[in-house]
Amino acid sequence: MHESAANIFINALLANNFVLAMFLGLCPFLGVSGKLETAFPMGVATTFVMLVASLCAYGLNLLLTAFQLEFLRLISYIVIIASSVQLVEMVLKKYSPTLFRALGIYLPLITTNCAVLGVALFQTAREYDFVQSMAFSFGGGAGFTLALVLMASVRERLQLSDVPSVAQGTALSLMLAGILSLAFMGFAGIGG
Amino acid sequence: MSQATAKNWDEFMEGIWKQNPTFVMILGMCPTLAVTVSAVNALSMGVSTALVLIASCGLVSMTRRFTPKEVRIAVYIVIIATFVTAVDYAIQAISLELYDALGAFIQLIVVNCIILGRAEAHAAKVSPMPAMINAAGMGVGFTIGLLSLGVVREIFGAGTLFGVSLFGASFQPWVVMVLPPGGFFVLGAWLLFFSTLERRKQRKQRNLAEATQNA
Repeated sequence: MHESAANIFINALLANNFVLAMFLGLCPFLGVSGKLETAFPMGVATTFVMLVASLCAYGLNLLLTAFQLEFLRLISYIVIIASSVQLVEMVLKKYSPTLFRALGIYLPLITTNCAVLGVALFQTAREYDFVQSMAFSFGGGAGFTLALVLMASVRERLQLSDVPSVAQGTALSLMLAGILSLAFMGFAGIGG
Repeated sequence: MSQATAKNWDEFMEGIWKQNPTFVMILGMCPTLAVTVSAVNALSMGVSTALVLIASCGLVSMTRRFTPKEVRIAVYIVIIATFVTAVDYAIQAISLELYDALGAFIQLIVVNCIILGRAEAHAAKVSPMPAMINAAGMGVGFTIGLLSLGVVREIFGAGTLFGVSLFGASFQPWVVMVLPPGGFFVLGAWLLFFSTLERRKQRKQRNLAEATQNA
């Protein structure tokens, strides 16, 4: 049961990529991946929220288990995530107003990004210790950023190509995601 | 009376056809792709989401007069999380096998954008009855969306439907269908299908308009 942190990191980053293999965080993946310049900051912001949320969720889980209040887990996790998103929002608004505007509605929506809650829930379900949880959330966040950046780059290229008009929009993005996901399955061997 | 019934019916049908959460609004993608490897999983996920949706929209609508505007999103989230916890424990009690198959995705119903979206955009503005009818329509629409993916993926990926073998032993399953890429491909194909239908309808209407003009 005791996996090494490096193993968990690589697994979350590539072999079990959050977006392309576990289907977490698809809404921002399809929504913000239009342009490379917003895709990357979005990935970084989500990674940061994931790290904070995973840290708090780890502490909170110890507390809840100590008092045998496991049924409150879901509610308390979501409150933690909402507050850390608020934190990121305030920091961004102060230090980079342009980026704040560019991300727009997708920033508060990190709260309802299932990848963030997914990190907290999976680390609890798999009984990761502190180092493992951190590796897991950082790998997950980096994997999310990687998928987002790859997708945005491909979509920027596709703007210039001649696509049948029926297929434009979400259908095309989904087909692209499918092909990317196929490619990521090639990493299955290095995870394990 | 009949007029009221007709209005309720329209409200109900809206979520199933005109504003189908899966195919028209493209909401709630994560569970849509993750749990639809078989028709049974898809159906149970759809039903649990629908139950949470109806209950939370009802409660959001009942408390809409006392909820301060500034903290409404937090209130909605807590309401939704409460019902999801209930559904989570209920599924665990009913079938442990199903619980293991759906995994964390039952708890992830909390962050399903359909529910928060409905609470914010509809339930917070109308009285409980229409809110719940609308939510029921959305829930059924979402279940139909999940089923249409689950059925296709199970038939091609395993050669079965609801666990019943369809093609006999000689069938060679397309393994890719039950793997992650299959989910993306099937949903993409469904969207293509619907946009082709839509296009055909538009062309027909245009032809008709031209014909009447010429006449």
